[in-house]
Amino acid sequence: MNLLNILDKLSDDQFFTKMTSRSEGLSDIANFGRKAAIASIPLGLGSFMATSAKAETTTTASTFSAASALTDALQLALVLEYLEDEYYRTGLATTGLIPSSDRAVFQQISKHETAHVAFLKAALTSLEATPGAKPKFDFTAGGNFQPFSDYKQFMILAQAFEDTGVRAYKGQAGNVASNKAILQAALQIHSVEARHASQVRRMRMNKGWIELKDGGNMPAATNAVYAGEENVIQAGYNTSTLFGAAAGSASFDETLSGSDSAAIAGLFIA
Amino acid sequence: MDTSRRNFLKLSGVGLVVAGLAVVGCRDDNMDMPMNQNVFDLGKGDVGILNYAYALEQLEADFYTKVVNSFYSGISMVEKQLFTDIYNHEVIHRDFFKAAITAAGAMPTPKLEFKYDGVDFKSRDSILATAKALEDTGVAAYNGAGKYITNLDYLVIAGKIVSVEARHASAIRDLISPGSGAFSGDDVVNANGLDVAKEPKDIVMAAGGFFKTPFTWKEQGIG
Repeated sequence: MNLLNILDKLSDDQFFTKMTSRSEGLSDIANFGRKAAIASIPLGLGSFMATSAKAETTTTASTFSAASALTDALQLALVLEYLEDEYYRTGLATTGLIPSSDRAVFQQISKHETAHVAFLKAALTSLEATPGAKPKFDFTAGGNFQPFSDYKQFMILAQAFEDTGVRAYKGQAGNVASNKAILQAALQIHSVEARHASQVRRMRMNKGWIELKDGGNMPAATNAVYAGEENVIQAGYNTSTLFGAAAGSASFDETLSGSDSAAIAGLFIA
Repeated sequence: MDTSRRNFLKLSGVGLVVAGLAVVGCRDDNMDMPMNQNVFDLGKGDVGILNYAYALEQLEADFYTKVVNSFYSGISMVEKQLFTDIYNHEVIHRDFFKAAITAAGAMPTPKLEFKYDGVDFKSRDSILATAKALEDTGVAAYNGAGKYITNLDYLVIAGKIVSVEARHASAIRDLISPGSGAFSGDDVVNANGLDVAKEPKDIVMAAGGFFKTPFTWKEQGIG
């Protein structure tokens, strides 16, 4: 695999205006229960239900090759981007949901998520992997949310999705590090999600950054998105020493394992 | 390729006078000038990258220290808190890198001196514009340096920091252009939805106007 070719392709805007044909014959992704039965997990999430957390890489004990870890990471990212893309499209198309003063923000976010879906599909294709098909989403999470009839809830889930995305990408860094072009692209997507997260948080009267494990006026159902963010030890350095735990914990964002990321996404898959 | 996005790094937009780049090697004249034997080199491999990050965090910490030590007049409570938070984070980042580099048994970048020609610390607009440039530079620097890191633990650390810098950048940009797409604007995010990523050489050249203390990073072709 010629890395320079991939880098060229990935940075060639024209490459991505070509439509990537969706692979025929992929089985319908359905029946993903919230208990996350491995057998019914959509393509892209299945491999993550058994991996361990933190600085995730393939180990000798794993059955996955580095190439598999790389494409698995991208498939997971693709599922998250499918989710966000459909979420914002639906929100923007729902009459009377998003106030006109907020539309520009969500249009910008939506535009990026759509681009991310296309980019990841092309990246997978360039690695000779078949991009997973879009799952059927249930943004009510089984009736627990009404994001398309209640703008406050729309914002809550938007914040949750963006903060999850940041952690999920970060958690996959080790799995994509073997391919420098993909690693850089992943970093470049990851920082965009962080820009999104900061904006949505601040629109909800939160700080753009996460202090301790408090999502900021978020329902308990989203606790998993923030669990671990209270960490103040970074490579043995205590980030709370100078200005306290809130500032210390906010100065570094945390990773989410592939399985934890998949579990959160899975809540919203029908 | 992405020439339209290079402009954010041209710090002329913030009224800076880049009068004589401090970074050795950016001069295109005078090849006969003897090299200052005391100029610090960032180092090799991962150490070089950690020292690079440390140098940039020193810059940010220095800038925000000046901001919080004398807030621009009329600053709102929200903005005061925001700048205090960012200051906190950058100082923590700076101290983290010094500790990490030392713990790795390597020589950390010395305490650098900075200059802010053209920056008016009494002006909200000037502060915001400079903060925006610094934060976007930080994001681009980390995004472009990641591929050079060999120790995966350091890569994760870099990842944990860059997203915070992006949160900062987003907030600053929104303060400048509220309610718009500027938080994640087309000037930094391309048609593929990718944020800027810049090579160390480009970052150091672009940010050169802020650095008073020269340094080199020979492994990356700087100086």
